[in-house]
Amino acid sequence: MNIDAICSLVLSNMAFFVLAAIGIVCGVLVVTVRNLVHAVLFLAVFLLSVAGLFITLEAEFLAIIQVFIFVGAIVVLFMFLIMLTYKVSDMAVPQGNRLKGAAIVVAGVLFCLIFYIMKAMKWNEAAPVVTITDDVARIGRLLLGQYVLPFELVSFVLLAALIGAIVIARKGE
Amino acid sequence: MKLLADYMWVVLFMGLGMLFVFGGYITSWLIRPSKPSSKKLFTYECGEVPVGSSWVQFNIRYYLFALIFVIFDVEVAFLFPWAVVFKELGLVAFVEMMIFMAILLVGLLYAWRKGILKWM
Repeated sequence: MNIDAICSLVLSNMAFFVLAAIGIVCGVLVVTVRNLVHAVLFLAVFLLSVAGLFITLEAEFLAIIQVFIFVGAIVVLFMFLIMLTYKVSDMAVPQGNRLKGAAIVVAGVLFCLIFYIMKAMKWNEAAPVVTITDDVARIGRLLLGQYVLPFELVSFVLLAALIGAIVIARKGE
Repeated sequence: MKLLADYMWVVLFMGLGMLFVFGGYITSWLIRPSKPSSKKLFTYECGEVPVGSSWVQFNIRYYLFALIFVIFDVEVAFLFPWAVVFKELGLVAFVEMMIFMAILLVGLLYAWRKGILKWM
């Protein structure tokens, strides 16, 4: 291994640990902070750190989509939801309820399950690492060629979501 | 790992941006005199005394606009791969994307007919 490869390995490992640390800290803050607006802002930082993790995996397109849809749209939607809820006007709201204990148990079991699967999984470590540089073009080719029917169906799913959301949101008027 | 090296510039840019903000805070904290008063804790409203709370309930129309935005944001995510291979695949890809967008256009027309897009 030459010095360049070692440097990039150290760099990518460092990037992973920094991003993972930011993600974990922000994830914990999302569920513990008492101001809902702050919670949503920490959620945005958390989602950005996930986008950074995608970049360390060289999935650039996924990272951009993460920023576009999750940070750009979903967080904005959450923000509007909070501003629509007039009961938060005293700002500090309790984060937990009586199901806190059950939630911790479920989350712990889920974590153990995922950990077990990852331990048991035979990762294909021997295979040579292939760097894909034209991932967006590949996705485009597959989406419009082999998977054109699912692609058009996505449009129907989005249409159903749009109309459903409008119908539900207008009920209150 | 070429990609990661490219993103070092992004990291550098973020670092400099944070330095800009926190450097300003630290410098002002070091050199300013400390004279706290209750008036300094007021919410700044162009020098006026603030009226009411900043926590008001927003109109539900904002929410509907945000919802429609999310849907069309997802549509844009599909437009990127299409745009990259547009020249390569030609007319077939164009027709496929037009069908995709036409289906979503029905949703937009529905919102329009229901008066969602009109501001009241």
